[in-house]
Amino acid sequence: MNAVTPVLELENLAVSYRAPGGWGRVVHDVSFSIGAGEVVALVGESGSGKTTTAQAVIGLLPGNGRRDHGAIRLNGVDIAPWSQSRLDGIRGARISLIPQDPGTSLNPVRTIGSQVAEILSLHHVDRREIPDRVLELLRRVGLSDPGLRVRQYPHELSGGMRQRVLIAIAIALEPALIIADEPTSALDVTVQRRILDLIDELREGHDTAVLFVTHDLGVAADRANRLVIFQGGRIQEQGDTASVLRAPQSPYARRLLADAPAFVKPATRPAPPPPRAGRAAHAIVVDGLVQDFAQGGKAFRAVDGVSFTVPWGTTHALVGESGSGKTTTVRSVVGFNRPSGGRILIDGTDLTQLHGEALRQFRRKIQLVYQNPFASLDPRQSVADIIGEPLLNYDKPSTAERLRKVAALAERVGLDQALLARKPQALSGGQRQRVAIARALVLDPQILVLDEAVSALDVTVQAQILGLLDDLQRELGLTYLFISHDLAVVRGISDTVTVLSQGRVAESGPVEQVFVTPTSPVTRELLDAIPGHRRDSSLPDIAPPSLEGIRP
Amino acid sequence: MSGSRTTEVVSPDTIALRRPRLPRIAPGLLLAWAVILLALLWALLPWIFTSYSGTIGTAGQQLRAPSALHWLGTDQIGRDVYARIIYGARHSLTGAFLAVAVGLLAGTWFGLIAGSVGGWVDDVIMRFVDVMLSIPSLLLSLSIIILLGFGELDAAVAVGIASVARFARLMRSEVVRVRRSDYVEAAFGSGGSFSAVLWRHVLPNSMTAVVSLAALQFGTAILAIATLGFLGYGAPPPTPEWGLLIAEGRDYVATAWWLTGFPGLAVVLVVLAANRISHSFGQEPV
Repeated sequence: MNAVTPVLELENLAVSYRAPGGWGRVVHDVSFSIGAGEVVALVGESGSGKTTTAQAVIGLLPGNGRRDHGAIRLNGVDIAPWSQSRLDGIRGARISLIPQDPGTSLNPVRTIGSQVAEILSLHHVDRREIPDRVLELLRRVGLSDPGLRVRQYPHELSGGMRQRVLIAIAIALEPALIIADEPTSALDVTVQRRILDLIDELREGHDTAVLFVTHDLGVAADRANRLVIFQGGRIQEQGDTASVLRAPQSPYARRLLADAPAFVKPATRPAPPPPRAGRAAHAIVVDGLVQDFAQGGKAFRAVDGVSFTVPWGTTHALVGESGSGKTTTVRSVVGFNRPSGGRILIDGTDLTQLHGEALRQFRRKIQLVYQNPFASLDPRQSVADIIGEPLLNYDKPSTAERLRKVAALAERVGLDQALLARKPQALSGGQRQRVAIARALVLDPQILVLDEAVSALDVTVQAQILGLLDDLQRELGLTYLFISHDLAVVRGISDTVTVLSQGRVAESGPVEQVFVTPTSPVTRELLDAIPGHRRDSSLPDIAPPSLEGIRP
Repeated sequence: MSGSRTTEVVSPDTIALRRPRLPRIAPGLLLAWAVILLALLWALLPWIFTSYSGTIGTAGQQLRAPSALHWLGTDQIGRDVYARIIYGARHSLTGAFLAVAVGLLAGTWFGLIAGSVGGWVDDVIMRFVDVMLSIPSLLLSLSIIILLGFGELDAAVAVGIASVARFARLMRSEVVRVRRSDYVEAAFGSGGSFSAVLWRHVLPNSMTAVVSLAALQFGTAILAIATLGFLGYGAPPPTPEWGLLIAEGRDYVATAWWLTGFPGLAVVLVVLAANRISHSFGQEPV
């Protein structure tokens, strides 16, 4: 420890939440410290207590939470016993918070300018200085045309711009400590990198301490001086970023490191199955796909001449920022959009020519798994009903036969039989995504389209689901079309990749070729933005997660 | 990291999952259910609550104030008011159930069709609904009952038809919301036909708000049927329907307040109870 007083020092902090059966402790005797100009990352999966710890520091525990014991020292002064009104004096001024979701953290009915000005007037900045200070702050966080921004409302700004506004509010009074709670989880990789760069710059300029809360080990590895790894409300390990990454001591840190896609070297891909009689040469052929949408009276071209082919038994990835047209392309491939132009051949049949019953029969061949397993399962159905429902649409097997098939499939995707009677809300995110995969497989389709199917999951769960998908592909010879904004994940699972930008193909080819020798600037920018990329070279090779023994 | 090993690790997620399962009924809600239950028992088994008849008076007992013999007094031809309220529960509640059933079934059907088919069908149904909503509901039920003819069932059906528009509008907005969800698209994607998806997913997931409106409408229907009875369009005398009780007692308001006061109180309590219960449906986590 430094001889100087650290900016923040936590000692044996314990926090409990009120639960039906009494108080349940969620943070156990947590101690760590942050010096001036230092970035400390709290890393862990959801429910590990990292956000609760950060909330306790700024005195914003939810109503059913309480601090049991422990000290929270800000520049040597224990602020833990302070009242809320006393804390108001330092919140914003000496400790500030960059919240997680830029979409909901700004007041939608007030202008950007008035929201930035509020923090200044709350802390008694001279009224005449405020307008100039607001403009200066917006300029410092890199917003173009600050004079226009002050008059705009949050809905007129993009997610990245809104996050910059929140950062401007957080740094307005040059606090000694900034708490950044997952500040970029809701943003694209490239926007994420720019925001993280901005936080870095501001920290260096003012020697600010940063407490960084994240589930993404890659982001933490890039940005933090020290890592504090949380699991089950306890610190599993803490130390210098480099040494934790090089030689993790605790089993949990090793698990986390093995699961983080950023550190996983490309896995060996299964060889494509031999050609089968009676099948077209390629599973999917998309040829000159064009999709126009009417937007405010004029046509808007979301997809502009996209072409790619996917051979049987392989995985093709579609990659791009939001707005690049990848989701629109996918919706056309599964037959939810009728394209404005081009052809989509699935097993040699042109999907764009199918209507009504022919289209319905065709859907057996190609199934979609959605990004958000919390929205794609009917909350009123039991798991068994969800998985078995597609069977009712076609063969209509007897109830016993259907339940037998559902049980077999549940076992195959690693779902406990006891879960089959439950409703989706009693399941975790990973379990729900297994249900969604089982539902997609129950019709024995040949092609599975995975639309950001692992983006909403914790890294450990993500690694398990990717492992499951890999197993299924080897066992069943499935063809995958995998949509993701996360290139690190793509590298581990794909054979070929197409990079989309503004509705066009920026680059296409075998995955290693695109990763190692990218030709398009779009691809290069995406590759640079992968969290964990910076330290990639300093790390030892970590084997890809073993595909055995990871089912719960 | 040693320390409290005995404490169970409870993550915030677990707590959030657990909390709604605890049945914690507010005292007001309990009271509301008790009122409705009592009214239902009155309607089903009126004879166990009173030994008097609901329609035949006792000679020489006219216009008696509440007493030990006649708890809520008697009317101008010697009928026990307490007995008439109890026997009247059957008429008022049956009418309200019928009215809600008509509104719920027709409204849900129209809303489901409008919200799921869309296009010109949606436009036609919803413009018709707008017209219905623009007419005050009492005026609408009065017009309908004049078409249908006077009578107890006709009054209930008229009140029901007047409420179709409210159900249809709410149902349509719920259907439109549910139709946009991923799980409905997933059901189409796994080969579900239009009617199968409507029946399996859209209808059950749209019903929560509509059922809550039905409970609210139950109270409103009792009030509306009582109003029609009061105006003379509902059940004919000597039926002890609550609205009719109030209407018949209005000539004696100055001398025998109990003739209007107690039936009025019965209507108010049942309507408030129905509103409270409907409110609890709205809060129920889905």
